[in-house]
This record gives sequence, C-alpha cells and structure tokens, in this order.
Amino acid sequence: MFKKSYIDISGAKKKQAKFENEVTFSCPKCLTRITATEKMQNNDFCPKCSYYYVTSAWDRIHDVCDENSFEEWNAHIKSLNPLNFPNYEKKMIKAREETGLTEAIVTGRGSIGGYDVVLGAMDSRFMMGSMGSAVGEKISRAMEKAIQYSLPCIMFSSSGGARMQEGMLSLMQMAKTSASVGRLREAGLLYISILTHPTTGGVTASFASLADVIIAESGALVGFTGPRVIEQTTGHVLPPGFQRSEYLLKHGMVDLVQPRAEMRSLLIRLLNIHQGENYGEK
Amino acid sequence: MARNKFEFEEPYLLLESKLEDLKKLSEQLNTDFSEEINHIEKRLDQMMEERYKRLTPWEQVLLARDLDRPMTRDYIRLLCSDFIELHGDRVYGDDLAMVGGIGMMGGRAVTIIGHQKGRNTKENISHNFGMPRPEGYRKAYRLLKQAEKFGRPVLTFINTPGADPGIGAEERGQAWAISEMLCGLSSLRVPIISVVTGEGGSGGALALAVADRIVMLSNTVFSVISPESCASILMRDVKRADEMAGHLKMNAQALYEMRIVDEVIEEPARQYLLDSPDFVEKLKNTINNYLDELGSLEISKLLEQRYSRFRQIGQFLE
Repeated sequence: MFKKSYIDISGAKKKQAKFENEVTFSCPKCLTRITATEKMQNNDFCPKCSYYYVTSAWDRIHDVCDENSFEEWNAHIKSLNPLNFPNYEKKMIKAREETGLTEAIVTGRGSIGGYDVVLGAMDSRFMMGSMGSAVGEKISRAMEKAIQYSLPCIMFSSSGGARMQEGMLSLMQMAKTSASVGRLREAGLLYISILTHPTTGGVTASFASLADVIIAESGALVGFTGPRVIEQTTGHVLPPGFQRSEYLLKHGMVDLVQPRAEMRSLLIRLLNIHQGENYGEK
Repeated sequence: MARNKFEFEEPYLLLESKLEDLKKLSEQLNTDFSEEINHIEKRLDQMMEERYKRLTPWEQVLLARDLDRPMTRDYIRLLCSDFIELHGDRVYGDDLAMVGGIGMMGGRAVTIIGHQKGRNTKENISHNFGMPRPEGYRKAYRLLKQAEKFGRPVLTFINTPGADPGIGAEERGQAWAISEMLCGLSSLRVPIISVVTGEGGSGGALALAVADRIVMLSNTVFSVISPESCASILMRDVKRADEMAGHLKMNAQALYEMRIVDEVIEEPARQYLLDSPDFVEKLKNTINNYLDELGSLEISKLLEQRYSRFRQIGQFLE
C-alpha cells in the first residue's frame, strides 16, 4: 500500500518534470494533457479521445518549406456572396477573424530542400476548408503558374468539400480545378497531392485525387461521402478504421501514408527523383 | 402515359374531378351542359398552365425528381435509329445506374452516356436509384476514351440524386472515379453535349457535365447539395428544404441567368415530355445544331473553349 502510493508520487513527479521541459497541449475535448513530442508521435490526434489538433495552412507551409522561401500569391482574392445566401458573409467574417486568412487556402511559391515548387495548403479552420469560387480560383491560378514556370505542384488538402453557400458556382470549381490538373498533365509536370485530416466531398473528388503521387497523412480521414452521412443514409455500421489513411492504402487509393513530421523529407526525395538527369545534384 | 400528381396540382385536379361528376350528372338528368363544361375545362387548362409558370423552386425540385420523366434510355430510343448498349468497366462490374453505348443519330455516330433511374421499386433497386458507383463512372470513362479514339461526339444525359454514398463505393474509390471523369472530359478531343433531364445531384451529376454545351430542361435542377441535406446541415431542420431550394439557386432558369448552362428547353406542362411534338423537335434541333457548330471547330479551338468555359466560372473579389 505504502509502496504503491510511493510509486504513484514518483510517477507524478516524473510526469511533472516531463511537462516542465516541453511545450504541452491540453485536449479541448477531453482535457488530456500531452507533450509536443507525444502530439507529434500521435500525428496530432489526442491519444485518448482521437480529437484532432487542427493544423493551419501556414504551419504546413513552414513545416515543409525551406526557411523564408515561401512567397504567397493571390492573397487578396476573397469570396463574395453571389447567391445572397443567408448568413454567408457573417460566417466568412468570423472565419477571417479567427484564422487571419482571407480564404480557406494559401497558395504560392517556395522551395523544399532547394527545389522550387508551387505550393497550396488548405486550412480546415476556415469554413471547414470548403471550396468556393475564391479557393477554386487560387488553385487554378497556382497550377497555371506552375505551367508557366515549369515547376512541380504540391497541394495539401483539408476540406469538407464544395462550399454550399455558393451553390453551383462552388460545384463548378471541381470541374475548373480538375481541368487545370489536366493542363498540368499535358505539360508533363509533377503534381503531388497530400491528403490531410479531414478531406471529403468535392475536394477529394476533384484536384486532390488526380495527382501523380498521392500521399495521405497518417490517421487522416479521407473520402467522398462523410462517415456520418454514410451511416445515416445506409444504416450500416462502419468498419473500424474506415476512410482512414491506412485503410485507403490497403484499398489502393493512395501511394503512401506518411506522418506529418516526415512529410518534408519524403517530398524532398520525390522531388529529387523527378529531377531526372539532375538526380542527386542538389 | 400516366403521371404522378403533385401537391400544388390538387385544387385543379379536384375541380377536374368535379367536372367529371357534373358530366355524369348531366347525362343522368338528360340535360346538356357541354357548353358550360367546355368553358370551365378550357379555363382550367389555362389556370394549370399559368400555375406551371409560377412554380416555386421547391416545386421544381419535385418535378425534376419525378420518376415519370423520360430517362436516358427513353431519350436514346427517341434520338437514335440504332443503338448498342455497351457494358462494364473491365475492372469490377457493370453499373446499371449508368447506361452507355454507341448509336446512329440522324446519320451521325455518337456515344451516349447517362444516369438511369428506375420507374418502380424493383427497377430502382437494380438501377440503384440512379446513383452510380465507381464502376459506373469507370464504365463511362472507358466509353469516353473509346469515343475519342473513333472521333465520335459524346452526349450525356444527367438525372441522379448523386453518386452512391455507400461503404462499397468508398472502398472502390468513388472520389477517384469522379475526379478522373472531370479531368477526362475536360480534355476529351471530341465535342461533348450534356442535357440535364431531371435531377442534377452534386458531384455525381457533374461527372457527366464537363461539356462544351450544357442544356437543361425547364423543370430540372442542378445543385451542389440536395436542399434537404443543406437544410439539415445549416438549419438543423430538414423541413426547411423548400426554403433552401430557393437559396441554392438550383433551377434551370436561375442557372441560365448565372451562365452556368447555355440553354433551357421549355417543357410542356402536365404532359409526358416525349409525347409533345414541339418539345421533341426543340430537343433534337438543339442537340443537332450544337453538334454541327462544335463539329466544325478545330479540336485545339474546341479544347481551348471548353477550358475557358469552366475556367471563368466563379465570382470573387480581387
């Protein structure tokens, strides 16, 4: 009895020490406290309740790009409310205030391991990363720039799909961005898509699944129809791990599953191999 | 052909049945009311037609979903002197929610692909309510590539609640199958014409709509999301779907005004569409004129126009 409580105290002290030396996070859902290392090891999911610590577009860009190499394009492009959809402006203003972003994607040019690339990163905090006219426009412009400069294109997706508040204008962004991927293909340029948590609907069913190499971030939920809707409409119980990255890999939908912390090194290797004759020079 | 009745038609239909009663009574009484009855009947027809011109967006959704509308196979029978349906995606199976094949249309060889719903429960189960699975889109993709090889123009007919939302469809890559259709159509080296003949449900419908010309029939819809789902997500109340149908601007006329579609073909009121000679002629002429026009373009020009058609869609602030 005495011994046990002694061990407990020492364990708590050790834990205390662990938290003192590292940045810690508290899960907003279940309040479990974890260190930055644990969070990384668990791919940004809470080990206890599977809450996902959302990653911002800028975090992703800083994670993979060489320091100070990223130059943003078309930051000024903003959505309008073309259908006069109720509450749309209010939601957009809120999203802008909360994220500091103008839209649900950041696009631009940067370098990764010395290789110049065109890069886009979606941000699920901005209206669930939904794709409306502005997001579609930024993606198509980025891809057209990649063609103009003959650069590889890399897209990080994280989205609930098309933005319903813009109606058919949003749905048509699927056609628009897919057509732009068609041009990338014709130009023979490398296009890498990284599916991050969560990516569903019209983004999965357009530019995000059309890449030469498709990488899913470990643990990410990726699919066409969201799991809740599948359960509601079909009444089926979903199998464990359904629509998660590892499941997609097993079903042949992605080339690789990669933890976030190792994404940059994988991208460098892929870019390196695609330099062809210049392989290994950089 | 018998047709479904809609709620908004009820008062008119009631009047119609009263007139029938009146006819019977006049026979029993040996009194001739035919002049009066004729007069009311004419007036009733007029009223119905006027009512059809004032359909609310939600009423248009209901009409678009009507299972008594002509389906892809009916249009094929109407347009083609000969048609051979082709089956299977060569990978997994043959999806009956998507029909496709090759045929002769007025001296022109064409490839036709379209969604197919059933007319009753049994048919609907075999056609999966017109909701294609990945194998349906992959069959369509195969037929597109075949059309390109032989230089045949492509016609697509759109009428689906959406792509199948089931576990199997996810496992076999529904999103991947749809995106390849979008990309494949955008660069296909033959003319493509799409006709929305009923319900244009989201990505599952768009997968057949990346075309040089998009035509909608007047009582059809095309939407990013069903008004029911939209109401349930945004309002947490599925009963407000009728309201959402208006906000989503999903009916043919609204989409024509937004320049998402090129043409709206007026439907006759209260009639099986293919029984109306005017409608049939208009549909045939529209398709043939577009095929003539697009067929005379150089392929590079055609592809350039198709790219910019979709490239310019979107409204944003710069």
